[in-house]
Amino acid sequence: MSGPRPLPDADHETITIESNDDVVRARQLVRTLAQRCKLSLVDQTKLVTAASELARNTLVYGGGGVMRTGLVRRDSRVGVTAVFEDSGPGIPDLDLALTDGWTSGGGLGLGLSGARRLVDDFTLDTEVGRGTQVAVTKWAR
Amino acid sequence: MTERVPVLKIGDVLLVSIQVDLEDQTVLDLQDDLAARIVATGASGVVIDITAVEIVDSFVGRMLATTAAISRMLDAETVVVGMRPAVAITLVELGLSLGGVRTALTLEKGLDMLARPDSRPPAKP
Repeated sequence: MSGPRPLPDADHETITIESNDDVVRARQLVRTLAQRCKLSLVDQTKLVTAASELARNTLVYGGGGVMRTGLVRRDSRVGVTAVFEDSGPGIPDLDLALTDGWTSGGGLGLGLSGARRLVDDFTLDTEVGRGTQVAVTKWAR
Repeated sequence: MTERVPVLKIGDVLLVSIQVDLEDQTVLDLQDDLAARIVATGASGVVIDITAVEIVDSFVGRMLATTAAISRMLDAETVVVGMRPAVAITLVELGLSLGGVRTALTLEKGLDMLARPDSRPPAKP
């Protein structure tokens, strides 16, 4: 793990993800930011859906963790970033975990691979025994 | 204690209208409640209205598919109505096309679909 990666914009919010209720709060927070960033309705929906998948992964597979989210800027573009971080078991086989339909739990195996398709930028850091960090960004068009 | 989604009965049909941002336990409770109500009422159809639902992720998508399969085994047809365009686009991109779930654009069309038994698709082998 490369350690926590600060968001480029200092103005971000952090919430803990320790219950199903927190998953709902996480996606509501991301939705608020996506609206503030003026993402299109389809892009808002994609980002919030990806955030929902990743927040659930943090809870179910990571044993809980945090989400940091905020607006980001690159050149003249504005976007929304959400970073999900846990200190869980990590992902031993990343290629497998990113395969559609593969799951180590009881899900459909679409969470991680599906979330990656729904966003513009996707980075994943994981180390067995240390934890997992997934960062996603959606840019306004 | 999580809140439960009300299941309404109209004639032969059970109607569920999802109006809140669902947490996972509420989704699982709804699935159980629906199965129990189908058997208790002998309903022949289930309509799940998702007009107010802003996102359907893989968890809720799986619930819709599972509920349709469970109710079919209990001799009831399920129709999901009111899916928003952005939700449909996102679901397909996510990798969930909900092949086994019947859909209608509006509640009225969904009820109409259930009222015409000849419109039922042939049973899958």
